[in-house]
Amino acid sequence: MGTALGYWEQEKSSLKLKNKDLVSINQLSKEEITLILDMAESFKSISKRPIKKVPTLRGRTIVTLFFEPSTRTRTSFELAAKRLSADTVSISKSASSVVKGESIKDTAQTIEAMAADLVVIRHPASGSAELLARYIKCGVINGGDGSHEHPTQALLDLFTIRERFGKIEGLKVAIVGDIAHSRVARSNIFALKKMGADVVVVGPPTLIPRDIDRLGIDVSYNMDAVLPEVDILYLLRIQLERQGESLFPSLREYASLFGLNRKRLEAAKSGLVVMHPGPMNRGVEISAEIADMPQALITTQVTNGVAVRMAVLYLLLGGVEVE
Amino acid sequence: MSSYLISGGHVIDPHNNTDDIMDVLVEDGKIASVGIGITSDKSSAEVIDASGKVIIPGLVDMHVHLRDPGREDEETIESALRAAARGGFTSVACMPNTEPVIDCASVVEYVKRKAADVGFGNVFPIGAITHGLKGETLSEMGELVKAGAVAFSDDGRCVMNSRLMRRALEYSKMWEKPVISHAEDSLLAKGGQINEGYYSTILGLKGIPAAAEEIIVARDIILAELTGGKVHIAHLSTAGSLELVKQAKERGIDVTCEVTPHHLILTEADLIGYNTNFKVNPPLRSSKDVESLRQGLKDGVIDAIASDHAPHARHEKEMEFDYAPFGLIGLETTLALIITDIVGSGVISLSKAIELMSVNPAKILGVPKGSIGVGDIADLVILDTNAVLEVDPAKFESKSINTPYAGRKLKGVVTDVFSAGRPVIRDGMFVTELVKR
Repeated sequence: MGTALGYWEQEKSSLKLKNKDLVSINQLSKEEITLILDMAESFKSISKRPIKKVPTLRGRTIVTLFFEPSTRTRTSFELAAKRLSADTVSISKSASSVVKGESIKDTAQTIEAMAADLVVIRHPASGSAELLARYIKCGVINGGDGSHEHPTQALLDLFTIRERFGKIEGLKVAIVGDIAHSRVARSNIFALKKMGADVVVVGPPTLIPRDIDRLGIDVSYNMDAVLPEVDILYLLRIQLERQGESLFPSLREYASLFGLNRKRLEAAKSGLVVMHPGPMNRGVEISAEIADMPQALITTQVTNGVAVRMAVLYLLLGGVEVE
Repeated sequence: MSSYLISGGHVIDPHNNTDDIMDVLVEDGKIASVGIGITSDKSSAEVIDASGKVIIPGLVDMHVHLRDPGREDEETIESALRAAARGGFTSVACMPNTEPVIDCASVVEYVKRKAADVGFGNVFPIGAITHGLKGETLSEMGELVKAGAVAFSDDGRCVMNSRLMRRALEYSKMWEKPVISHAEDSLLAKGGQINEGYYSTILGLKGIPAAAEEIIVARDIILAELTGGKVHIAHLSTAGSLELVKQAKERGIDVTCEVTPHHLILTEADLIGYNTNFKVNPPLRSSKDVESLRQGLKDGVIDAIASDHAPHARHEKEMEFDYAPFGLIGLETTLALIITDIVGSGVISLSKAIELMSVNPAKILGVPKGSIGVGDIADLVILDTNAVLEVDPAKFESKSINTPYAGRKLKGVVTDVFSAGRPVIRDGMFVTELVKR
């Protein structure tokens, strides 16, 4: 796959992404994804240094605009920006204040007026990142929009998979849980398919959205039938507030049908790894003991998240020499 | 009153089976004569050369949201009537979801008086089925009819209580007025933004299943059969609904339906990019549904084409997709869209299209419009079907700009409009003495 250093030596123009924004995985070519992953590899080494900082993005301003509470995504982006020496500004808004009148257009214009170089947006409404990107000249990274996409999560997941297996193509990945409402699921499906992996989504039919098989993936309602066939089990967080919507009768029943526990894991392929975008509901989609076992890559995902986001920030801001 | 001899135009008047080059003489606000080689006894008659153009009855849009009273920032009765005239419509039926709701005589009277003040065009108010559109108790239908309501609807909301819908269909029989059904099971559709299917899945938007419409279409057909009332399905949008209406008609049930241009032209695939001007209820459906609806036009199952003109303030449409309101405007584009995309692609003839936008909706509403017969009130439109209309929201008469068609070049320009024998638009320009700003 070549080390990232190889890329440093190439023409600067190749160290850029085609678009100014990253709102959807579908905007990236396979080559661009590979470029991001390769670059993330060299950025990961920075995180292991005693002084975890390079001056690459010195003088650049990155705004994180979060309309939804989030700890790990926001922290991860801020850490990534800081390790590249960019200045960061955090803006938090409750989505309800937006409904009351301050439109995303106003917010965009305000940020524009402050001469930000890049905005990371997290928003509960699907399509918001794309909307912001339309209203603003600087780059926009989608940090999760509604049930639509969370592209940097998918990229860090690809990175984690590639790091573990040395490849992505040909692997079989089961994504388990609330596919219907999950932006992580969508971005991962698009990304994994693009990189040549096979995907099966698993969950009760009430959580599998219509026509998702048209994305070239399999659908299963049976966790135990899928387990022996897959290399990666990607568990999604069950949002506890969905209980009231009769999408499934109870958390207890969900855990018994789709929760990963030690007994169920016995049927798995050897070498199976377990991933989760966090935060976990221990005892629902994953039992506490599994979450702490070595085949669970959950904390590795978090570590890799910073490196991958550094790569994305770097590439979107268009490449200056790294030291 | 002035007289006009409109000569040598292609008269398309489906009500009177006219589809030929003819002259039309307008005297005293009425059609005095239609035929070949007409001359006027009155030497004062102004001769209008319509050769190369089409003369049609003033069109009737049976599904319009005027926003007046209540949201005059989005549309007024005057701006809507100007937009209507620009689009070839001299009559509009307005839905009652204004603020206040058209659920009592005084609001009907307000609408009628304000329309009369505009000086041209006809507004036919549709009264609410239930008080305040709340779906709880019947509005005073008798009083509404007496004041001038032509139909009943809670459009925008579905009367979910089947017992109440039954009562509405029964009670309205006294005046033979249709009950217009906004067919949407509100619980099945709850929170939905676009059609449920592949596109709602990849866009991560909550879906509205076709079943939400079809269940209510089926229910209302069954209730129409039970009660003998007249049910009209507003903005029918799915292949399944069409099939239900087709079967009901074959069984002799008194059901009619309308479709909108957007459900005949656009699909759910247009939602890629989250452009809120494509956010409409019922949602844009699949290409399979569009094909079925077009077939329904051919087969004659569909009775009318209506715009569902729904103005929204620009700042409201510029919101996140989930928060933007449903609706698009259509008065100024409907005719040209139908000529270009439906007649132009050979789905139906121009004559059939005019029928669906004039005499048919007039019949459903029981209003004496959509005909160029001797003695009829002279609501007339002259149309150049070859001239190109470029859709430019900045030039709209409507106060709103929420159209998904901006930039499209369409065929079919309204050059002249007469309302009750008086010129409203001449050579593409509004006649100034009518304009009371």
